[in-house]
Amino acid sequence: MAHIPEGILSEPVLIGGAVLGIAMLGYSLKRMPAESIPQTALLAAALFVSSLVSIPVGVSSVHLLLNGLMGIVLGIVAVPAILIALVLQAVFFGYGGLVVLGVNLVNLALPAVLCAIVIRPLIHNASPRKSFWLGLLAGGLGACMTGILLTSSIMLSDPNLIPAAKIILLTFVPLMAIEGVITGFTVGFIKRVAPELILPKEGRHV
Amino acid sequence: MTDVLYAQTDQSGTSAINYLDPRTRLLTAVLTTVTLISIDSLVILTGALVFAAGITALAGLGAFSVVRRLVLLEGFVIVLLLVLPFTTTGEPLFELGPIVPSGEGLKLAAVIALKINTITLLNLALIGTLSPLQVGNALRLLRVPGNLVQLLLMSVRYISVLENEYARIRRAMKARAFVARSNVHTWRTFGWLVGMLLVRSFERSRRVSNAMRCRGFNGSFTFHSESQWKVLDSITLTLATVTSVCLIFRSYMT
Repeated sequence: MAHIPEGILSEPVLIGGAVLGIAMLGYSLKRMPAESIPQTALLAAALFVSSLVSIPVGVSSVHLLLNGLMGIVLGIVAVPAILIALVLQAVFFGYGGLVVLGVNLVNLALPAVLCAIVIRPLIHNASPRKSFWLGLLAGGLGACMTGILLTSSIMLSDPNLIPAAKIILLTFVPLMAIEGVITGFTVGFIKRVAPELILPKEGRHV
Repeated sequence: MTDVLYAQTDQSGTSAINYLDPRTRLLTAVLTTVTLISIDSLVILTGALVFAAGITALAGLGAFSVVRRLVLLEGFVIVLLLVLPFTTTGEPLFELGPIVPSGEGLKLAAVIALKINTITLLNLALIGTLSPLQVGNALRLLRVPGNLVQLLLMSVRYISVLENEYARIRRAMKARAFVARSNVHTWRTFGWLVGMLLVRSFERSRRVSNAMRCRGFNGSFTFHSESQWKVLDSITLTLATVTSVCLIFRSYMT
């Protein structure tokens, strides 16, 4: 997962991120009934494990963000799922932190929510072949938006960081491509094997 | 990688950090982070780094594992630190052809590096030593919504299960002579692998959910709280708050 470490962002950006993050979290938690907790938890765990897999790209390798896929599989509940992945990484691995959590949540969850609202209903009605392209769109869009949000939160914090942030944005270009391709294949696979996993707009896993 | 989640953290009390309640540790971590973010003085930050190293030693974390985690810190921190001295406008330190690092840029890079390392050390010492169950329980006592805490604990519970599932699929792939390369076949295989993990976790979740309903799950877990708020916790939290307020006040005055 791409997250900003603690100690880089300025106070206004941190406060803004926290407020927006809590608002999104509150909204999506209201839409998560107690009966759906096991489903959400297991899918979130599966996506967490998947994001640890390193994928070879060119001479290097990347870890996937999978926020587009989270939006498609979990819907709006992707917000708490992403929060949990971030908390686990902050608390147990020391990546990211508790104060920067809000900004990191917004950077990853906002694209996921967009995919959940716009692309998920389309995939629900699409054929497996067409779902590949919609999945590709969701994966690419997720990584692209996260890259833009992440670099803009760094740029807003300190104008001196703008050149460095631009370099970071460049690293998102290959990630965008690979994220799109893999999400496309995953979504196509799910549509063939277990289409009931991708629900219509207001659906939730119970 | 996820073995950290299940590592037996020392909870027998031999490590001094375990005298503190998990709530105190979470709150102190947030307080110190907020304080450190507002500080721009190199002297205070260096002092804070020494203090953080002391706390880490007190928490009984092995020096090797701590250094390894600090080194693993995000690649883009390194980008920031390498680029900053050359892109920030200010007094040039020296000129080496087109390479002109500025004093201001170097200072900014040093401040950021100190902050990141100090905060990470404190986080590792204060909350990295907690078990997931302790974190969940502390969050619940701090009035974090119940379903969020349950989601956290259940995810943690099943991460190891799904990691085994993943390892099983990878073994099956290896048995079929799969080698990960940078090509479409590899990406399709990984895409299907992620899909397979999702499908299997979904099936498992149905069984888990049914089993939970059979046992009368009504949407709330019963927590056994072993942590107790002690005088030491109140003292630590008061001290941390006073220090934070003083330091934040000082950095806004100067």
